[in-house]
Amino acid sequence: MILQPATGIFTFTWVLVALPLLGAFLILVFGKQLKKIAPYLAIALSSSSFVLGFIMFLQMRTRPAGERGFVSNVYQWISSGSLDVSFGLQLDQLSIAFVLLITFVGTMIHIYSLGYMEHDENRGRFFGYLNLFVAAMLLLVLADNYLLLYVGWEGVGLASYLLIGFWQNKHSAATAAKKAFVVNRVGDFGLSLAIMTMFLAFGSFSFSAVNAGMQNAQDWLALTIGLLLLLAAAGKSAQFPLQSWLLDAMEGPTPVSALIHAATMVTAGVYLIVRSASIFNASEAARNAVIIVGAISLIAGAIIGAAKEDIKKSLAGSTMSQIGFMILAAGLGPVGYVFAILHLITHGFFKAVMFLGAGSVMHATNDNVNMRRYGGLSKLMIFTFTTFMVGYLAIIGIPPFAGFYSKEYILEAAFSHSIWVGLIALFGAGLTAFYMTRMVIWTFLSPPRWEDGVHPHESPKSMTIPMIVLAIGAAVIGFALTYNHVFEEWLEPVTGFEKPNAPISVFALTILTLTVVAAGVIFAIYRYRTISPTTPQEVSFLTQAARKDLYGDVANETLLMRPGQKVTKGLVTFDEKAIDGTFLGVANMVWSASRLLRQTSTGYVRSYAAYIVGGTLLVMFLLLIARL
Amino acid sequence: MSPEAYLILSSIIFSIGAMGVMLRRNAIVAFMSIELMLNAANLALVSSSRTWGNLTGQVSAFFVMVIAACEVVIGLAIILTIFRSRRSASVDEPSLLRW
Repeated sequence: MILQPATGIFTFTWVLVALPLLGAFLILVFGKQLKKIAPYLAIALSSSSFVLGFIMFLQMRTRPAGERGFVSNVYQWISSGSLDVSFGLQLDQLSIAFVLLITFVGTMIHIYSLGYMEHDENRGRFFGYLNLFVAAMLLLVLADNYLLLYVGWEGVGLASYLLIGFWQNKHSAATAAKKAFVVNRVGDFGLSLAIMTMFLAFGSFSFSAVNAGMQNAQDWLALTIGLLLLLAAAGKSAQFPLQSWLLDAMEGPTPVSALIHAATMVTAGVYLIVRSASIFNASEAARNAVIIVGAISLIAGAIIGAAKEDIKKSLAGSTMSQIGFMILAAGLGPVGYVFAILHLITHGFFKAVMFLGAGSVMHATNDNVNMRRYGGLSKLMIFTFTTFMVGYLAIIGIPPFAGFYSKEYILEAAFSHSIWVGLIALFGAGLTAFYMTRMVIWTFLSPPRWEDGVHPHESPKSMTIPMIVLAIGAAVIGFALTYNHVFEEWLEPVTGFEKPNAPISVFALTILTLTVVAAGVIFAIYRYRTISPTTPQEVSFLTQAARKDLYGDVANETLLMRPGQKVTKGLVTFDEKAIDGTFLGVANMVWSASRLLRQTSTGYVRSYAAYIVGGTLLVMFLLLIARL
Repeated sequence: MSPEAYLILSSIIFSIGAMGVMLRRNAIVAFMSIELMLNAANLALVSSSRTWGNLTGQVSAFFVMVIAACEVVIGLAIILTIFRSRRSASVDEPSLLRW
């Protein structure tokens, strides 16, 4: 596809980023003066960004398929020797899909936060951070070179740090924020190395130059860059082995979790891989690594999600698993890129609905997150229940809800790659059905097990309306995007597309998937006929492992943290003993020598005279000896 | 002319002066001893000038005298000041200039 210089409305691409950034700036700098209107300002700017994006989308649709990509050079950013980096924005079919998802779901979460954060005295700051988050994510998906993408990438990391640790007085929240930041740094390291490698190989950071350079690049180069990009994607998208921050990130306010999991942050890794399609197309080994990482995360996330009692952590495990689906699809190559993005968009809707629903439930039960103390909420919270059910049907993939289409396509692509990858994905779909059914039963359908003094009630309109809007999206967007293959044709010029060629017919695969999903649902219903309000201790080994996040933290601690601490301890000892020792030893020597010498400065004139005479005599005596 | 006798006299006077500086506590006496040393040196210079038959030694002696005069002025001023503040001309008492 050939990118054209932006004309008409597309010259205002920068405004998409600038609007929420302006909001973040105004709210964070003039927080005191804007205290009252800060939330409304944030919502207005975020939604106007969506409106502008939507107008651009409509404009783009009127143009022929090959001419929908635009580049606008805002200004020359870095110019130093042979290095020329422009602050250039690229708006094409892939970017606009992300822009619409980010701004729409982001705006809905802004509105929801109006009700959720109503009683928080720092809510102005909260909305400022939300706007910053949206702006950073938009910059990430609109950049036309890897260096500018990296700016957005880091901005997203910063915003997530600020938001996860929003209740910074809570120790666990501060720790979780730090953990998210540190783990993300590992991934960022991969991205920065990948960018440096690109510059070394192609002399440029821009997507177009890298794409052109990859045409005749060597295998090892594609593999190196591909693996580094995979590390980056794993960090930001919470994939194995950098998944540990995601579950702890639940310490932030619930709208933040929804924003991180649905519209921003975790989707960045998938975007990065799809955007770098030319690199992954050039190396099969890199693609296989992506598939393996995706498959491990897909299964591990589902297992963790099935064992957690904390509703948000269970949903976080689910996110890890669903992103695993996307990463796996992206690793399949041209056959999967489109479906990875399709699943990303449908997931953005249904996961946002469910997180907002979880927040609504917490709101109703005095901020309790333990699903063992929920139950019987279906009649009391009718809107929350209905919207959550839509999200539930979408995620487990019941037609005609959104998740059915995207997941079905991913399974088809996986089966056409290899039967084993297909079976893993199918197993993941069954696990998804199991843990989501468990969540719905525990929260809404089982008899109440509330704590004393809890009186559940429906949430205010500002919270339910975004949930309803997103639920409608979760219900219809899958069908709307796949009808007549519109989405495949839409993305095809950017990412390339190959028709999946599964060894079994599409109809048979659908029946097979629905059977596996039904098995998961029925098993969950059978398994959770009764629910104990306290945590049973005598459980299988797998459950115990899953409760501890499959020993992810333990592995990190034993493999990385403790050896790291040993190394630092050793270095500190070396510093204290060897380096400080040398300096202190020299200083000590000088000190004791001067202590001896200063004995001679008695202050008595006559002894000084004696020294002079003695010294003169000594010199004369020596001269005499030398003479002889 | 043999300078031996002059040089011997000069070294005796110099030694007396040096011993005086080292052994006497009174600042004035120490001062006089220093003058003695300087004059002993002058004597040695002048006699060697005479021995070699040129004027170098005599010129040097003049320099020494001029310096001695300057030194007397400054030295006496110091001694007087110390005497005024401490009511003593002993060089052992003001042992303040030490570590």
